[in-house]
Amino acid sequence: MVADKTQEKIILDVENLKQYFNEGQRDEVRAVDGISFQIFEGETFGLVGESGCGKSTTGRSIIRLYHPTAGKIEFDGEDVSKIKRRADMEHFRRDVQMIYQDPYASLNPRMKVRDIIAEGIDIHHLATDVDDRNQQVNDLLELVGLDRSHGTRYPHEFSGGQRQRIGIARALAMQPKFIICDEPISALDVSIQAQVVNLLMELQQKKKLTYLFIAHDLSMVKYISDRIGVMYYGKLVEVGKSEEIYNFGVHPYTESLLSAIPLPDPEHERTRRRIVYKPAVNDGAERELREISEGHFVYCSEEEVPVFQKKLADKKAQTEKVEV
Amino acid sequence: MEKVLEVKDLKISFDTFAGKVHAIRGVEFDLYRGETLAIVGESGSGKSVTTRSIMRLLAKNANVDSGTIMFKNEDLNKKDDKAMQKIRGRDIAMIFQDPMTSLNPTMTIGKQVAEPLRKHEKISKKEAMNTALELLRLVGIPDAEKRLNNYPHQFSGGQRQRIVIAIALICRPEILIADEPTTALDVTIQAQIIELMKDIQEKIRTSIIFITHDLGVVANVADRVAVMYGGRIVEIGTSEEIFYNPQHPYTWGLLSSMPTLETQDSLYAIPGSPPDLLDPPTGDAFYPRNEFAMQIDTEETPPFFEISPTHKAATWLLAPQAPKVTPPQEIVNRHQHFQKIMKERELVQKKLREV
Amino acid sequence: MAEMDYSKIPKEKFELIGHQDAAESEKIAAPSLTFFQDSWRRLKKNKAAVISLVILGLITLIAFGAIWLSPKDPTKQNVQFANLPPKIPGISVDGFNGTTLVRGQRVDKYEQVGVPEDVYFILGTDSLGRDLLSRIFMGTRASLIIAFVAAILDLSFGVTYGLISGMKGGRVDSIMQRILEVLSGIPNLVVMILFLTIFKPGILTIILAMAVTGWITMARIVRAQTLKIKDQEYVLAATTLGQSQISIALKHILPNISSVVIVQMMFSIPTAIFFEAFLSFIGLGLTPPNASLGMLLSEGYKLFRFLPHLMWAPAIVLSVIMICFNLLADGMRDAFDPKMKD
Repeated sequence: MVADKTQEKIILDVENLKQYFNEGQRDEVRAVDGISFQIFEGETFGLVGESGCGKSTTGRSIIRLYHPTAGKIEFDGEDVSKIKRRADMEHFRRDVQMIYQDPYASLNPRMKVRDIIAEGIDIHHLATDVDDRNQQVNDLLELVGLDRSHGTRYPHEFSGGQRQRIGIARALAMQPKFIICDEPISALDVSIQAQVVNLLMELQQKKKLTYLFIAHDLSMVKYISDRIGVMYYGKLVEVGKSEEIYNFGVHPYTESLLSAIPLPDPEHERTRRRIVYKPAVNDGAERELREISEGHFVYCSEEEVPVFQKKLADKKAQTEKVEV
Repeated sequence: MEKVLEVKDLKISFDTFAGKVHAIRGVEFDLYRGETLAIVGESGSGKSVTTRSIMRLLAKNANVDSGTIMFKNEDLNKKDDKAMQKIRGRDIAMIFQDPMTSLNPTMTIGKQVAEPLRKHEKISKKEAMNTALELLRLVGIPDAEKRLNNYPHQFSGGQRQRIVIAIALICRPEILIADEPTTALDVTIQAQIIELMKDIQEKIRTSIIFITHDLGVVANVADRVAVMYGGRIVEIGTSEEIFYNPQHPYTWGLLSSMPTLETQDSLYAIPGSPPDLLDPPTGDAFYPRNEFAMQIDTEETPPFFEISPTHKAATWLLAPQAPKVTPPQEIVNRHQHFQKIMKERELVQKKLREV
Repeated sequence: MAEMDYSKIPKEKFELIGHQDAAESEKIAAPSLTFFQDSWRRLKKNKAAVISLVILGLITLIAFGAIWLSPKDPTKQNVQFANLPPKIPGISVDGFNGTTLVRGQRVDKYEQVGVPEDVYFILGTDSLGRDLLSRIFMGTRASLIIAFVAAILDLSFGVTYGLISGMKGGRVDSIMQRILEVLSGIPNLVVMILFLTIFKPGILTIILAMAVTGWITMARIVRAQTLKIKDQEYVLAATTLGQSQISIALKHILPNISSVVIVQMMFSIPTAIFFEAFLSFIGLGLTPPNASLGMLLSEGYKLFRFLPHLMWAPAIVLSVIMICFNLLADGMRDAFDPKMKD
């Protein structure tokens, strides 16, 4: 990759990851079809795309809920898909955690909040005794902005936002380095989304966390992420700095996605024109992610690189003109 | 403008094991012909209950404690079930959130689209099918003739929602209630459906009540906006007034908690959780989460203060005694923008008069 | 008018106080209830279920209490006192006072055969002079034992089998399901007859026959539920926390399917009771002098024309038990899953 990036430590390196279901059968689904990206320590990498594009599958393959069909997932220098030893697996489970989408389905309804949060502590024997365990749980509850008295209650007594915070506390109990946020805010109300996003960002600072933030809401992803990857039908079509993607996305699919986001501004809405994405016909050219400017990758063939480079330059020039 | 629907002092509660849940606590609004009224609110704010009560589709444990829903000079609350059945689908139609479950999987879509027409009007099967075909074309189903005999599972999510819209519109209803019609859809599909609804509204002049929690969608579709919180409407006005000149602190919170084009340092978040309507707070239901709460908010329910003939907000901040407060930065920007618009408009009018 | 009202409000009231403390606004008002407390509260509202529960409790108590407190010895024969009609102390209604119609005339049977004054057979006696009430207690006991064994089989075999099959999935699941299909293809009656060629008829044989096939429905239901819950996000979360498969099955899946399991168990109990009654009725069940409700029915049915009470009494008891179990199971299903109703 680019020179200045080498100073940053790559914490997750995904190379040519493929995740097929019902492989070799007639109903084979290529949920993830050869994607590669890197995530640097301490950053937030946003993965966006529409439902069925394979973004959630990517997250689940990384955390080993699925066995990848092909490709390499390297976490902290170790190939995740090759972990065999129990101790190594336990280590990996502690380092990588996940926050789930549905606050109503991600907490066991028959367990008390205290036991839900302490589940990881119990499995990995992270507490010396019962008092220590309760202390840890109470600290976690306070960390995510809940009251310690909430520990004795059951999930159904909480609102969506509170439940999501319980899910975050459960993940944090393992003191992970890397958290996969699988659409953590899409099931929440607007006023609560901001709370959860703020909490996640605050925790990132405090605990030096790295996030893979999966979502379909591009405006929120742009706000929380340092870099964004756009997925379409199992492929990454564009990767780059979030500002750059959001303002100067050049891949036609990215443009179409960006043009579809409604903003809470009637004037902007009146002038917004939607761009319809027509997938390029397969002309046999070999397409892959190619760098068109520093840190900005587009899925295209060798010949298309200059085309996209020109498009990017034009877009940037246009904005500058407007600002002047 | 002609009023099609007039809701007055609507109060609805639900009997549950834990006690009475006061879901709607005095809702009032009018709906004019041909307009789109968006009702915005969080889950539990009562937006869905309000519209379901118009259709009389409430669960058995619901009580309408008071209020009138006037439609064509008749109170819908006083109609019996049979009379209501005639109104549903013909005069008032509804679209639900999930296009997967609102279609019958064992019936061809042609039959499903034609069904309300056959039920409400004496019309031959063939005529009904022709109208169905026409409507399916209108909502943009490609090759509609060929697909009349297809079943719902043969369509994509977006197409299914188009079919649902076709079913709702086939009797040319006066009012279309859309309950989060795009929430289950992807953004690009959502954009298509919204365009479709706007397009069709222009063609058949239906009034639409659009329920959603997505302020972006509201900004796109709505002529007027009602913001609901804790079972009440807290602010109602034209789309411009709500987005550029919001007055209620809850509307402020909602608008500032969404990231906009300009990058912000930190997102504004409304603290706390929505109120428990089992035991709603006295006074303004929003006061426990309101940064600008005053003593009076905890004691008295604020009345509506009129900002303009079309704009009302229920907050004590508008009372003459209230102190001046500075809303969040995002809102200040919006207010400035509103003043700019108003000034421009004044200038235009002045010029017009001069001419 | 409203204008007038609020202009009177003093200015002090309009002092800014800011939003509430976060902790305050996050407080939960409703009392904390566990799932079973909540279900119990709903069950209590269902009158039929509560009455059924009480009746079943009483029947169980009496049936097992009768081991020590039986009014008469249920197996003691006394041919002299055979075929006596019911006689309840203090009641002089025909049919319950020891009299019967003989050629149009009401005759006191008890006097006829010389029963002592202070001896009463509340439900009369059978053709061998055994006290019917005591025999019904004994029969009920046998039926209930079979019912509870069926329940235990359901719980142990069925639940374990279903859980393993559902959790493992893939090939293991396919093989386990094929085995179930083969087993469920064998008719119960054939199994029973086969067993009778090896064992003596009796409770043990019936239980063994049920052990072969009785738990299949439960296993299927548990498997289906396991497959459903397995994809829930909290199970995924437990997996990513490093929880083992066994712990996931016991901590996450079992508690969440417990309501379905209990309801299914409650429905399988009357089926088992009825199976035993059916076997005994056709003579494949228990052997005398033991009694079961099915046997009593079979005996009573032979004398139905002359002594109808011999069949009525066990028939009523059997029906009441069956109805009560079904009503209770129904009530429990509604209580556990309020959404399934309406």
